[in-house]
Amino acid sequence: MAATSETIRQVQDIGERYKFGFVTDIESEMAPKGLNEDIVRFISAKKGDPDWLLEWRLKAFRLWQTMPEPEWAKVEFPEIDYQDAYYYSAPKMKDRPKSLDEVDPELLRTYEKLGIPLKEQEMLAGVAVDAVFDSVSVATTFKKKLEEVGVIFCSITEAIAEHPELVRKYLGSVVPYSDNKHATLNSAVFTDGSFVYVPKGVRCPMELSTYFRINAENTGQFERTLIIADEGSYVSYLEGCTAPMRDENQLHAAVVELVALDDAEIKYSTVQNWYPGDENGVGGIYNFVTKRGACRGRNSKISWTQVETGSAITWKYPSCVLQGDNSVGEFYSIAITNNRQQADTGTKMIHIGKNTRSRIISKGISAGKADQTYRGLVRMSNRASGARNYTQCDSLLIGDECGAHTVPYIESKNAAAQVEHEATTSRISEDQLFYCRQRGIDPEAAVALVVNGFCREVLQQLPMEFAVEAQKLVGISLEGSVG
Amino acid sequence: MLEIKNLHATVDGKPILQGIDLEIAAGEVHAIMGPNGSGKSTLAYVLTGREGYEVTEGQVLYKGQDLLEMEPEARAAEGVFLAFQYPIEIPGVANTTFLKEALNAVRRHRGESELDAMEFMKLLREKTKELGIAGDMLKRPVNVGFSGGEKKRNEVLQMAVLNPTLAVLDETDSGLDIDALKTVADGVNALRNAERSMLVITHYQRLLDYIVPDRVHVLARGKILRSGGKELALELEQKGYADFTQAA
Repeated sequence: MAATSETIRQVQDIGERYKFGFVTDIESEMAPKGLNEDIVRFISAKKGDPDWLLEWRLKAFRLWQTMPEPEWAKVEFPEIDYQDAYYYSAPKMKDRPKSLDEVDPELLRTYEKLGIPLKEQEMLAGVAVDAVFDSVSVATTFKKKLEEVGVIFCSITEAIAEHPELVRKYLGSVVPYSDNKHATLNSAVFTDGSFVYVPKGVRCPMELSTYFRINAENTGQFERTLIIADEGSYVSYLEGCTAPMRDENQLHAAVVELVALDDAEIKYSTVQNWYPGDENGVGGIYNFVTKRGACRGRNSKISWTQVETGSAITWKYPSCVLQGDNSVGEFYSIAITNNRQQADTGTKMIHIGKNTRSRIISKGISAGKADQTYRGLVRMSNRASGARNYTQCDSLLIGDECGAHTVPYIESKNAAAQVEHEATTSRISEDQLFYCRQRGIDPEAAVALVVNGFCREVLQQLPMEFAVEAQKLVGISLEGSVG
Repeated sequence: MLEIKNLHATVDGKPILQGIDLEIAAGEVHAIMGPNGSGKSTLAYVLTGREGYEVTEGQVLYKGQDLLEMEPEARAAEGVFLAFQYPIEIPGVANTTFLKEALNAVRRHRGESELDAMEFMKLLREKTKELGIAGDMLKRPVNVGFSGGEKKRNEVLQMAVLNPTLAVLDETDSGLDIDALKTVADGVNALRNAERSMLVITHYQRLLDYIVPDRVHVLARGKILRSGGKELALELEQKGYADFTQAA
């Protein structure tokens, strides 16, 4: 990713200039531990929210207190103590590594395998240098190009201040604050995230990547993303990074909302590689994300592609609400679980408009003692005449202590709608491994090769430079899974 | 090149090889013939290090090294190649990708520099041209949807690319009609040279009309019971294996 390294260099320059940055400042802006109405107000005040947003946060918070944890997913974890966490800024500043010498060597080894340059490694590993990153300055050149065509790409905080009418119109319009406990918590306490608006008829000239919009400290935990593609526009958005990022917050509850108007298309790609915990299942991120796209307009299209290899627990169902006639929803997913990781992931395709189409391709790979579930809903409403869905769920098992489950929910209220579901479960065979080894390929590379082949249909959906890294990542995620 | 001494091996605890002695010099082509269940494929798997094939006695020296001590991929890198009786399918992995991965793994092991995409494609085009293999076979996933003949030709192509010094051909004639057999044999013959030894395992004499061996061995009941020149194959064709399958 040449563009990435360019940005890194820029960031680095900035880092040099503000060497003694705002560390003290940030520390003084910490909210106390725990969560109550005062904390929500504190966050809102710090963010300079308008009144309507504060009210919205408070409504969410009050509702959240009464909501039960979602329990239908096939994942197990101890009860989360919400009062034992910080909701604004990080208390971890002092504990950050001062140099790469203080970083977990295992993490560094992974960076090396991914071929990530040193400076970038420092950034990802959270070496203190990035405390001085100023999100506004970093993206400057990049933003200029976008401004020329009228694309707005900024932090959600900035968007609330500068484009309040857009934010107010669309925020919570796809994922309402009352949607589910994790999304509701996010609505109450989100501190930052991304905002994209692509105006009518504009084809966004470049891939938009979260990488270019480095957030203020510690916003990853409750990130809020809103993307609006106006009539006839197109945008491709990349979230995440193939390198594992150092992060001490266990709970991540992000919300992503996409809105596609008439003839618009949004392509949203994710590579999620948060810390999965160690091989005994100690530590690791709980990744409880609500992602949903609304195909509001006729002939609109939303396509989700995800490569989920990290986190101790992944709970995630990027979905499409196909409201506009002839709109299209797609979900391409690779989920890899190794050691003690758990993943319950899938999608929902809600067909409302006529002749709406959806396609689901899910590839699950489970190794070690990991457990994963594909959970998908396809709903055909009574209006959805001529609607079609095709679902294909393939699971691949490595070893004999892991599990893979497929739970499709199909609801059809329209006799003229078609739903197709195919599912397979297979193992990497000893034959395949031996065949590869006989040709000189070592067992780990052989597993990576076979698994990449298994995932090919999904990997092909990723933007080119992302795909190459994702292929490497597939191999790295499965290290230690054979002999 | 290859020296097998008193080799005993079991599969699932069952003795299959019961004292094989065999020597193959550089450039020689030896044929192993024998009835079903005599241990021909077991010998191929023991030489290439497949799991589940346990050596209980004996020694195999390859270029003076103890072959049995090496991991399967190390044997491959050292130039041992097995053309599989039933080539394995790897869905989603293009033949080209597989070959490039294999060749570069072998080159790394040999301390040679890896080939980049351009260099590799050039080599691959040369080899496919020599062997008369259609280019579309390279783009398809490894062995997936290949006909019997295509699978065997693909094995020969892999052999040509990896350039082994010891090639073991396990029943390469099985499942081939006469035209396909000729094509595959032509491919194999093109790869014969003074440095490369071959061990051709076959049930029928037919293959040996096309790949003419220097020596023929009869493997039955886990032992080599007779060795001779290429005329031995013709004799077996007439008399069958009956003499060898009955108790000695």
